[in-house]
Formats: sequence, structure tokens, C-alpha cells
Amino acid sequence: MESDKWDIEVDANKSGVSLQLNQLWRYRDLLILFIKRDFSAQYKQTVLGPLWFLLQPVLTAAAYSIVFGLIAGISTGGYPRVIFYLSGVTCWMYFADCVNKTGTTFVTNSNLFSKVYFPRLIVPISVVVSSMMRFLIQSLLLAGFILYYNFNGTSISPNIYVVMIPVLVLLMAVIGLGAGLLISSLTTKYRDLQYLVQFGITLMMYFSPVIFPLSSVKHKWLEIIISMNPMTFIIETFRYAVLGQDGPYQYWTQLGWTSVFAVVLLTIALLVFNRVQRSFMDTV
Amino acid sequence: MRNVIEVNGISKRYRLGKIGADTLVDDFKRLVSKIKGTGDPFDADAEVNAREVKGSSKYVWALKDISFNVEQGSVVGILGRNGAGKSTLLKILSRVAEPTRGSFRIKGRVASLLEVGTGFHPDLSGAENIYLNGAILGMSRKEIASKYDEIVAFSGVERYIDTPIKKYSSGMKVRLGFAVAAHLEAEILIVDEVLAVGDAEFQSKCLAKMQNAAGDGRTVIFVSHNLSAVRNLCTRGIVIEHGMVAFDGTSADAIDAYRGGGAKNTGFVIEVEESANVPFSFRRAAITTEDGSLQGEYEFADSVNVVAEIFTREVRRDSVIGVHLEDATGNTIFVSTSDEAVGFKVADEADKVSLVKIALPTALLKPGVYFISLSARGKSDKPYHKLERCLQFTIGDTRTYRGMKNLYRKTAIVAPELGWSAAAAFPANS
Repeated sequence: MESDKWDIEVDANKSGVSLQLNQLWRYRDLLILFIKRDFSAQYKQTVLGPLWFLLQPVLTAAAYSIVFGLIAGISTGGYPRVIFYLSGVTCWMYFADCVNKTGTTFVTNSNLFSKVYFPRLIVPISVVVSSMMRFLIQSLLLAGFILYYNFNGTSISPNIYVVMIPVLVLLMAVIGLGAGLLISSLTTKYRDLQYLVQFGITLMMYFSPVIFPLSSVKHKWLEIIISMNPMTFIIETFRYAVLGQDGPYQYWTQLGWTSVFAVVLLTIALLVFNRVQRSFMDTV
Repeated sequence: MRNVIEVNGISKRYRLGKIGADTLVDDFKRLVSKIKGTGDPFDADAEVNAREVKGSSKYVWALKDISFNVEQGSVVGILGRNGAGKSTLLKILSRVAEPTRGSFRIKGRVASLLEVGTGFHPDLSGAENIYLNGAILGMSRKEIASKYDEIVAFSGVERYIDTPIKKYSSGMKVRLGFAVAAHLEAEILIVDEVLAVGDAEFQSKCLAKMQNAAGDGRTVIFVSHNLSAVRNLCTRGIVIEHGMVAFDGTSADAIDAYRGGGAKNTGFVIEVEESANVPFSFRRAAITTEDGSLQGEYEFADSVNVVAEIFTREVRRDSVIGVHLEDATGNTIFVSTSDEAVGFKVADEADKVSLVKIALPTALLKPGVYFISLSARGKSDKPYHKLERCLQFTIGDTRTYRGMKNLYRKTAIVAPELGWSAAAAFPANS
């Protein structure tokens, strides 16, 4: 062991700008365990267990079908309502989950963080990944519904854009993580923002194509506002891929912008998060 | 030996009081002066960390200019009263908190044990929690897997290993937590007062494990109020007082320095940390005169009394208090326990504070400095609570004595007053 190498160096005067991604690799085992814990502890001591993963989107889609479809009569672009809503809800639930759960990282883990050091980023990342498992299970449910409808004569044919789904999931994860990290960093000292976020996410859903197709929005300014929602083109593309309908749905440029947004958001969020994690113990 | 830890002028400032609109104003001021480049406006304001004194500033230095180096293989005990800044220091070294100023560097893998069972999830089983806790403390999956059986055996909760730990007793959780921690393979071990929890068996297990770690050439930093543990375990002691290093030297000297500073700087009255989880323990003790006033200086043949305040948690039939008198060079003059007095019971009422007065023999101690140790104990060897050399008094030599005592008092061990009288008759051989 060479005598000049110091494993840990902390200097209050150097406010280094670093993403500390190499640290994450060293703690990969912890990451895996956290993912497992998040996933398996979630429905411990419930009778239905992981079935809740499936019930939530199904009941939500059913409620939307009744309220927005039957009562309000909002168009679903020709798709069976349940499938239309289910595809939107599945995406949105994943995104909302990422933001809401990572958004409270510091507050909910303050006890753990105050006792032991490990890269704090492990916690939000594990949340995003374990929610991804849930998303996967819910997607299988969606596939089941599609098969069922095809079997009963309604032709729904997923197309080649299905291969884009991993990219879409990654985009949702990155945006959700980025937003969540920013929120958790900004709420360590002043908790005000926390209250805004919860209903903010719900409000945001109404300005995304979860309950209506983007093509049905005729008002010009409204369309621009909805297009500003980073989730809009992710949901649209997801729906196009799994429900398959021809039309002007190849949003390559828009998705490109969404990706740029996602990367910029995450980078800023990581910088802020790393800055806050150094001092958050004094304020939480 | 090479240094494995180098701490350079670490300071930590805390803001007192609540966080609210007030703090927002301070943050704003700080931002303004940062833009202007005038430095932190609250640095000058911050006051020294003294718990008892009511200060005027909202800011306080929990630590101020702490510097020290630690060599590989040394066991350093950190002493200090409550709120002196010990835990803050450990938190900074564990990288849980960031210093406001200063820097430090560490060579080697650090395992810090600020709490036992950190990150246990109540819904997961003991086995799952072993993996989780191990990983949180920095072990890889492979390391944990290779030590899993040892950990389970050490914890002694084998039977419940597949039960969610929310069903565990608190003692079982502690055992499991320590079992994981004990099998960490780190070059540097940072341990906070974890010995305060758990039963006697557990405590000695902890100490033995730490002693082993030290024997393996690992470096240990250890915070404790258990002075005998510090004395036995540590090669070096650092006393922290009001957030500053008050003493740095051998552990024995550090304990003396700590006691000097801790015993309200008089030596003849002391307030101590109550020791939890024992049937009874001391709260305060003092040296008093016959009429009960505090005093540390006496003359030969004065009546010297020890008054101790004890708190009884649990009544035990064999509870006794022991007193041990030492002279300045460490010779034991005598030992006595409360059960020598017929019909006198101590700690015979639960959840009560009671006072005990011990009258030391008059006209026995020659001039010099004396130390008193007190112990609260049952019949077993290990006392519940022990205050080693907790009180100090002196017998002066200004009084003149009859006879030739002055001549011999330098070499004699005691100076008793004997009964001199004329004998009536010489005993006949029977």
C-alpha cells in the first residue's frame, strides 16, 4: 500500500463539483439490496400482496372509463376505453411514483442518513428501479388486456415501435429521478415545496395525454402547453407502440427534445443533490 | 507508525432554535455577503459551545479548531461531557455531517458504528436484515455471505432468524446489529457510545471484540463515558470540552484531565452520568464536613464525610455501596461496604432518590491528597456503577501535633490516634 494515498479527503473550503458516480459502483450491492427491500417490503403483511400492483391501475382505468368516458364523453381516439386509459395510467403512475418517492428522500431517510455514510444517491435510484419492476408487471397486465381484446374481435396490434419502450421507460425514470432529486434537495430546509409537489403532480396529469389523445386537442395554445409537459410525447409514443394506429405519431423530434430535457434536468439535479447531501444533516 | 487519520482545524457551527422564516432571512444575508465576497456574516457571531451558559448568539460552534492525527493501530478514546461535541466529531469523521471549516483525511476503509442496527427494516426477517445492515455499513454481498453463519452464531438469535425483526425484543435487535458490526472488515473503526445499550454479557462481548480489532493492527476511535473501558482499551485519550480539544495524551492522563474538568473543577463534588440499565447508580457525590457543608481541605483529625446521592431503579436484596480510599500514589488505604453496618440498607425503594452518608475515620489519615472511589454493586464482582477516583480531598499539615507524629508522617502510611494510657497490670502467663 503506497503511503501517499488517502481514501477519504474532506475539505470544507473546497466545494467540489462532482457527480460521485464512481462511489455508486462501489456500493452496488447495497443498491441491489435496497431495490429488493423496496419491492418486497411494500406489500408485506397484506393478503393480496403484489396483486395490488395490478389492482391499482385497473381500478383507476375503470374509474376513468366511467367518469371521463361514459359521463364526460371524452374521445379516446377510437381505442377501447379501458385499454386507452390503462396505457396512459401505467406510464403516469410510474412517473408520479418516481417523483413522489424520490422527492422525500432526505426527509424519510434522515434517521438512516444521520447514522451512516453511503452515497445518498443509492436511495432514490433504488426507488426508481424498484418502481420499474412494478411498471413491468403492470405492462404485462396491459399486454394481457390487449390479447383479450384481440381475442374478442377488436384488432389492436402493437407495432415495431415496441422496441422503443425501454427508451421511454428510461426517459421517464430519468425525468422522474431528476425532478425527485431536485425536490428532495430543495425540501431539506424548507418543507413548503413538499406540499406543492403532491397536488402539482396530480394537476400535471390533466395537462398530459393520459385521459385524452393529443390529437383531440384543437385549441392551439392548449396544445402548446400540453406539449411542454415532458411526459406528453412519452405517453403518446408508448400508446402508439402498444396500441398501434397509423397517423402522425412519429414524434422523433419531440422525443429528442424530451431526451435533452431529461439529461439536463438530471445533471442539474445531481449537482444540487450532491451539494445538499453534504450539509443536509444540519437542517433536516 | 504512519498516520491513518489526519484532522486539520475542524470546526462545526450549528444554528440554534427553529427553522422558519427567520432562517430564510439569514440565508439571504449569507447569500448577499457571498456575492459581495465578504465571508460568512455569522462566523464572528457564533459562540463557544457551553451548554449551561445562556448565550446571546443564535449560532454556536459545536466544534472549534479540532486538530489531531491518529497513527495506525492506536485505540483512541474520546472523552467529554454531554454536549461537548464528541458525537459531532464522530459524525464528521464518519462523513455523516460536513465540517463548517477545516479538513480531514483518512487512509483505509472506515466502518462507523454510531448506532447499532442502522437501517433495519421492521418488516424484513433477521436474515434479510443482516444483508441489508451489512451492506449499509459497507460490506459487499460476498463478504456478508461468507460471514453469515458466524454472524448468526454471534448474535445468538438463530431461532428467530426468519421472523420479521419487528417481533424481536429490543435486546435481540441490538444483538443482531452488533453481530453484523462486529464482523466488519475495516481498517478503521469509529464507535460511538454503543456500549451503553445491552446487558453486561453483551457489553463485555463488545469490548472483547474491540480489543481484538486493536490487536489486529486496526485503528479504533471510541467515544464512551465508561471510563474503565477507556482506561483498559485505549492507548490514547482526547478530552473535548466546549467543542475544543482540552487534553490529548495517554488514556490514563486523559481520564484524570476529564475528571478534573468534569467534576465541576473542585474535585470534592461531582455530578455524573447516570448509568442506565442497572438496579441503582450514583447521581452525585461530595465530600463534606461534619455539619454538611462542601469542603475539600481538611486538617488532621477533622471529621471527613462522603455524601452520595443514588437513584434506585430496582430493589435487590444484596445491593451495597462500596467506598475505596486511595492515597496520591495509588495505595489502597482501605475498602469498606455498606453492609458492614448492621441494619443499614441502601437502595431499598424502587424509583427513588436516596442519600447515603459515609463518615470516614477521623484521626487516621496523614497529611496528603486522597482519592475516593465509589461503587454501587450487588454481591457479584462486577459493580453496577463505579466512580473511580471520583472525589478528592486533602489533609493539610498546618496543625501541630502533640508527640512526634510530625517527624514520622512522611514515611508512615497512616497516622492514627492511639489510645495511650497507663496499664493496670501485665497479663499473666496462663
